[in-house]
Amino acid sequence: MKKWLLILALCLLPATLCAAEEEQFDMGPYLFGHIGDSYEWHITEIGGHELSIPLPCIVWGKTNGPAVFISSRLHGGEQYKGYFIPSEGDYAGKIVEKAADGTLVRPFDISITKNVLAVMISGALLVWLILACARWYRRHDVLKEAPSGIAALLEPVIVMIDEEVIKDSIGEGYERFSPYLLTAFFFILINNLLGIVPFFPGGANVTGNIAVTMALALFTFVAVNLFGTKHYFKEIFWPDVPAFLKVIPIMPLIEFIGMLTKPFSLMVRLFANILAGHVLILSVVALVFISAKMGPVLFGSMSFVAVLFGIFMDCLELLVAFIQAYVFTMLSAVFIGLAHPKEAEPSK
Amino acid sequence: MGLVTPSGGLLFWMVIIFGVVFFVLAKFGFPIITSMVRKRNDYIADSLKEAEQARAQIEGVEEKCRQLIDEARQEQGKMMEQAQTSARQTIEEAKASASREAAELLAKARADIALEQREALASVRNVVAELSVAVSEKILREKLSSDEAQSDFVAKAVDQVREQQQKLS
Repeated sequence: MKKWLLILALCLLPATLCAAEEEQFDMGPYLFGHIGDSYEWHITEIGGHELSIPLPCIVWGKTNGPAVFISSRLHGGEQYKGYFIPSEGDYAGKIVEKAADGTLVRPFDISITKNVLAVMISGALLVWLILACARWYRRHDVLKEAPSGIAALLEPVIVMIDEEVIKDSIGEGYERFSPYLLTAFFFILINNLLGIVPFFPGGANVTGNIAVTMALALFTFVAVNLFGTKHYFKEIFWPDVPAFLKVIPIMPLIEFIGMLTKPFSLMVRLFANILAGHVLILSVVALVFISAKMGPVLFGSMSFVAVLFGIFMDCLELLVAFIQAYVFTMLSAVFIGLAHPKEAEPSK
Repeated sequence: MGLVTPSGGLLFWMVIIFGVVFFVLAKFGFPIITSMVRKRNDYIADSLKEAEQARAQIEGVEEKCRQLIDEARQEQGKMMEQAQTSARQTIEEAKASASREAAELLAKARADIALEQREALASVRNVVAELSVAVSEKILREKLSSDEAQSDFVAKAVDQVREQQQKLS
């Protein structure tokens, strides 16, 4: 009991420290600032001064032509070579240019944004991890030594995914697809995990961004359909159903839509799960700021509850990070397996 | 809403980065690890199978050993029995033949002795006959030194022969 009281007292401490601040907490920008993408990597604010990492912008507009510059040049709505970031409107927070008729137009934009940088960092980290693991195998005789170090850490996971997910879902000939599926699994896992880390190399909402999950789903779509067997495509475009269902192509149409919904479901599932997790944790943490104006007792107790709940949510998110990577990999493997129907099996 | 519309720039970079990561890992990363792990799994499976086979072999060998020992023991028993019976037989046979031989020898000896006896008797008889002939010769010569005596004797002898002939006829 004494321990709990002490923790409560510690929770109350910031109440007295922050009491002087008289700013209304705004939930919208707080939430979208954290889960959205941006041209700079905001880290924190120290005494009213923003601490953020500016990132390079690469744009090519019809009016102003190509431009490469650092995002800090557009800070505070400033213009650079005709490009600027409007704070409201349809393109709020995005780099735009003014067309000749005065309307705002999005240029072709391949800037290194926060999420791109986060993906680059996690990608590099993943490559380093896996190559370090592979180096161990290249330098040691697996028949004489048990894996140690990074190999001991990664091997059980790799073996589990390779044998229990990929092999069981695809069946014969799974070796061809296991590098892709393993890459997808570890890529999603490392990004999910880094997304939970609240400070610099982590904290970006990468796998909760629809463009990222769309890219992953596209890769799976390619992996499924590029290597699909003749039998698989025959079942889509000329299935064994009564002829009138094929002359008016109802069945082929349904099958074709099914072909697209599979990766679509992968995309939405990963995106929604990770985004929801981020929003939940951010909301719980926001309780601290919201309750700051409600007096010390309420502020303290709410903070206490928020921290406890936040810890719980973080643990849950750790689980979700793994589960979603696992599910994405497993479903991709299942879809690939479906694209390799066994010829001997009677078609349904 | 901005959240559900994928941004082209991020998609572009994401495809490039993931593509590069995939390329590198699929070329230098995962195949090495998975092939090594598979190699080890195969090795372990093979070793287990071999161990199982070896165990089965050892069991077979042990079984064979036991069989051999059993057989040897049985053989030993049989041989012992055979040896005993044959020894007994040999002894009996030896005894029988010995007694037979002894009997034969005895009989032979007896026959020999009888023969010898007979021979000895015969020779004794001969000697006695010769002696008596010689003695009677001397006596006759002494007695028949005169002519009367000679003619007496002849007459007597003729009478005797005649008597003998008459007796015979």
